[in-house]
Amino acid sequence: MGVIKIDRDKCKGCELCVHFCPKGCIAMEDGYNHKGYRPSYFAKENECTGCAICARMCPDVAIEVWR
Amino acid sequence: MEKVFERTKGLTDTEFGYCPGCHHSVLHRMVAETLEELDILDKTVGVCPVGCAVFMYEYMSCDIIEAAHGRAPAVATGVKRVIPDRIVFSYQGDGDLASIGTAEIVHAAARGENISVIFINNTTYGMTGGQMAPTTLINQKTTTCPTGRNPAVNGYPIRVCEMLATLDGPSYIERVCPTSPAGFAKTKKAIRHAFENQIAGKGFSLVEVLSNCPTHLRMTPIETYRRIDEEMTKVFPPGVFLDR
Ligand SMILES: Cc1ncc(C[n+]2csc(CCOP(=O)(O)OP(=O)(O)O)c2C)c(N)n1
Ligand code: SF4
Ligand code: SF4
Ligand code: SF4
Repeated sequence: MGVIKIDRDKCKGCELCVHFCPKGCIAMEDGYNHKGYRPSYFAKENECTGCAICARMCPDVAIEVWR
Repeated sequence: MEKVFERTKGLTDTEFGYCPGCHHSVLHRMVAETLEELDILDKTVGVCPVGCAVFMYEYMSCDIIEAAHGRAPAVATGVKRVIPDRIVFSYQGDGDLASIGTAEIVHAAARGENISVIFINNTTYGMTGGQMAPTTLINQKTTTCPTGRNPAVNGYPIRVCEMLATLDGPSYIERVCPTSPAGFAKTKKAIRHAFENQIAGKGFSLVEVLSNCPTHLRMTPIETYRRIDEEMTKVFPPGVFLDR
């Protein structure tokens, strides 16, 4: 059981976290953040294991993880 | 619940100015995490390149010196020889290290200087607009070879690790490929080894990181990762070239 927090305004919408989450927990928003990027969001809160792969793959250190 | 991932103290609070998905952000973080883990943040001096990573001093919480284009290994040599108890590293792109700075890196390696070099090979000059680099792949299109790199006119890509591994000076040379969680872990381990070698006084260490430049390759970050796996590794095979 894990929880992640994505800093919406730090995110640059690169989609690497979406691609690498083994549980498919992360998706892309339709809206835009203050930088003008389409940020990612924590979509499947019940399936996260807290493995922190998303946070390690995120170039912009926009994700924090609890387990 | 326990926090299992947070921002390293090796980074300042300044957000990276790099493009979305750029490997420079990833590699800055890996170096910063390594310095924190080895508890050497307050005695490390980094030397940054000319290239997109010219702004590294904004992002790292250790001391950073800005060198003239390609001259980071010479500056690092000076710092290390004058204050040998400092941990000194250079962080350089392929335009910086393998083009204008070829002489400096070859001679620092040949002298076996006790420094650590992080070499970001993204096969192009990112900062100035995606021009051809010495590492540009055959047939790769850039703004200065718009129909693709043609060996008859533009020569062949330089393999820095293989070239430096012919010298007696270096202690450790490895090429890594951070395009997957396992590749990220291996890259981090190689960076740590390069710093541990310096702490042990073993001499020159270099880690070449196969990297991306989504903006000038005109690809999504995920496509650039695939390109590294499928195209770059054929020309620049990952592996340990020296470890002694
Ligand atoms: C003496 C000098 N010559 C040329 C330049 C222009 N210039 C700035 S960055 C760069 C190349 C950077 O490419 P690379 O090292 O691959 O770094 P990247 O931006 O891709 O990370 C060049 C040629 C300069 N700043 N100074
Ligand atoms: S911690 Fe692991 S399971 Fe949870 S969102 Fe991140 S990658 Fe997915
Ligand atoms: S990896 Fe980071 S910057 Fe990229 S989409 Fe995910 S949270 Fe945003
Ligand atoms: S231009 Fe290329 S190397 Fe420079 S920050 Fe953008 S993606 Fe990274």
